[in-house]
Amino acid sequence: MVVLGIAAGSAAARNRRRVLRERLVLAILVAGSTVAVLTTIGIVLSLVIESYRFFQVIPVTDFLFGLHWSPQTAIRADQVGASGQFGAVPLLAGTFLISAIALTVAGPVGLFSAIYLSEYAAPFVRAIVKPALEILAGIPTVVYGFFAALVVAPLLRQGGEAAGFEVSSESALAAGLIMGVMIIPFVSSISDDAITAVPRNLKEGALGLGATRSEAIRQVILPAALPGIVGGLLLAASRAIGETMIVVMAAGLSANLTLNPLEAVTTVTVQIVTLLTGDQEFDSAKTLSAFALGLLLFLVTLVFNVAALRVVKKYREHYE
Amino acid sequence: MVAISCGIVFLAILFSSITGKGLTAFQQTEIRLEVFFDEQAIDPQGSRDAAILGRADYQGLIKESLRRAFPGVKARRDKKELYRLASIGAGYQLRRMVMENPGLVGKSVTVWVLASDDVDMIAKGVIPVDARPEVRRLSDRQMEWVGTLRQSGRLETRFNTTLFTAGDSREPELAGVAAAAAGSLMAILVCLALSFPFGVMTAVYLEEFAPKNLWIGFVEVNINNLAAVPSIVFGLLGMAVFLNFFGLPRSAPLVGGLVLALMTLPTIIIAGRVALGAVPPSIREAALAVGASPVQAVFHHVLPLAMPGILTGAIIGMARALGETAPLIMIGMIAFVVDIPGNFTDPATALPAQIYLWADSPERAFESRTAAAIIILLVFLVFMNLLAIVLRRKFETRW
Repeated sequence: MVVLGIAAGSAAARNRRRVLRERLVLAILVAGSTVAVLTTIGIVLSLVIESYRFFQVIPVTDFLFGLHWSPQTAIRADQVGASGQFGAVPLLAGTFLISAIALTVAGPVGLFSAIYLSEYAAPFVRAIVKPALEILAGIPTVVYGFFAALVVAPLLRQGGEAAGFEVSSESALAAGLIMGVMIIPFVSSISDDAITAVPRNLKEGALGLGATRSEAIRQVILPAALPGIVGGLLLAASRAIGETMIVVMAAGLSANLTLNPLEAVTTVTVQIVTLLTGDQEFDSAKTLSAFALGLLLFLVTLVFNVAALRVVKKYREHYE
Repeated sequence: MVAISCGIVFLAILFSSITGKGLTAFQQTEIRLEVFFDEQAIDPQGSRDAAILGRADYQGLIKESLRRAFPGVKARRDKKELYRLASIGAGYQLRRMVMENPGLVGKSVTVWVLASDDVDMIAKGVIPVDARPEVRRLSDRQMEWVGTLRQSGRLETRFNTTLFTAGDSREPELAGVAAAAAGSLMAILVCLALSFPFGVMTAVYLEEFAPKNLWIGFVEVNINNLAAVPSIVFGLLGMAVFLNFFGLPRSAPLVGGLVLALMTLPTIIIAGRVALGAVPPSIREAALAVGASPVQAVFHHVLPLAMPGILTGAIIGMARALGETAPLIMIGMIAFVVDIPGNFTDPATALPAQIYLWADSPERAFESRTAAAIIILLVFLVFMNLLAIVLRRKFETRW
């Protein structure tokens, strides 16, 4: 009786310890999972605080709607041309120009590859080609940048000269083309998922009614998969906007407000890098403007991402 | 079909142009010289003291040997041109030899010394012999000497060990990736040590224990968005928080690793959740039925089964972190680093940052070196991805 009592007692104690230990484990897990949230808070806070300091010097409207970007601040008060103009419009225009070029490359190529892979390709072709396309996503962007700057840009310039155009050696076109190649896998893999997620009976119904294969794809499958494809394009666009190394190496530094892809343009990311490399005063408007640009970049990509996720999600629910 | 071939053809062009450029950098042109280790010049007192041996003018010995190899060169200007055939680093080569073996002093030895990058480019045919003098950067007389050396078998291209053992240098023939690779390795270690435990913890909590409420929904949206935040924004975060707020040293692998860890965290969390979700509920229920608590069920049964999947995700995340450049530039890991960093707070650079630095250098020889560094980086990446694939194949279980 006594022995049993002791055994029961120690079992109860063990149980208590176990409960305690498990509470501890859970607490650690919860703490761990807050790191991701803390990161986001950290990003937002650091960007917002520094941007706020920047906007105390330069009005927000000047930053958002100004047409000139020349972030020199005066070393001496009476210096000529040292006013420092922080209009982000040329940077945004450059960013969107390059991203647009990238999407005109990646959109069709990615979409057509996805259609081919999911509807026409033999299984063994698919098994080879799909990973090969995904290699493109795994190559470090600095490698693309090197390629764009040293191979594509000179080629374009020679080609342009032969055709009688004046092509700047750091053209938006070279950066955009290479960036397009980089985002092909994003477009193709998400479109591929979207196309394979279209219910079989839709396709078989179309074929059963006498549609040819390409008719079925064009008139039934693509419209059904469209939201997913659009979501993929949005994600790819956000990737292109935030991409840094390719444009740092292949696009220019001069802030031109132009739509001509043969000229050098600069992007938000390029300017962040050039403003912040090297040692500098941390309090000047010049450095702080980089954080304002970062905030802008963060918000723009956030909008694209949220929109893309919404579109994809809404569409999924539709069929389930 | 056309679209596919576009993609594949591009991939092929990219790889072939980079290997085409890069392979030449694995070879390095060297010149054979008869070097007389003159005791008068190196160690006049005969003390053989390491400090004295270390301070001697070894570049002078190289110049002396070059003069002897071409006795016809007399004028001062011509001699200067002659000296430029050998690398600035050739003297260090002799210094290292003497430091290792002081017995060399007073002897005459045949040594292969590094040629300068301009000679290197001509010898490998990267720059054609008939190029304009401004392009090839060698005078007609220097070309003649190079020709003589080559004909007499005193000019050879050999495997380039400098590339793997040296740090960065302004002279292409002396530059190597060792310092950058060490910096990368340290940053990746820090990144792994931080992001893996936190990633797994978060994944386990969200997938197995988290209640379905508004807060958890917010956390999930947050993580998904974090995965798509541009990498440069992480660099800004690192700069504002780690450098300015916590006052950590610039250019340190520690900070680089921290930033990369924040970047890879979402990848690992998402991969971890997928892997945990793929473990069938029957495992969990069986464990619970024989009296395990939920925590025991997860840690003893579900997590080990999901581990291969999580590891695969982690390796892929690490591979991405290894190739990342932009955030490292922000926190200053593009310093000019000659010495291999000794600890986590030393200034360091990383392989991709080194590629970026070299790509910006004006010397032609750096172009092929950049490509060579890219090849080295890609080899690392391919290796890591292969590891991930092997892991997946080996532990893949169909339920």
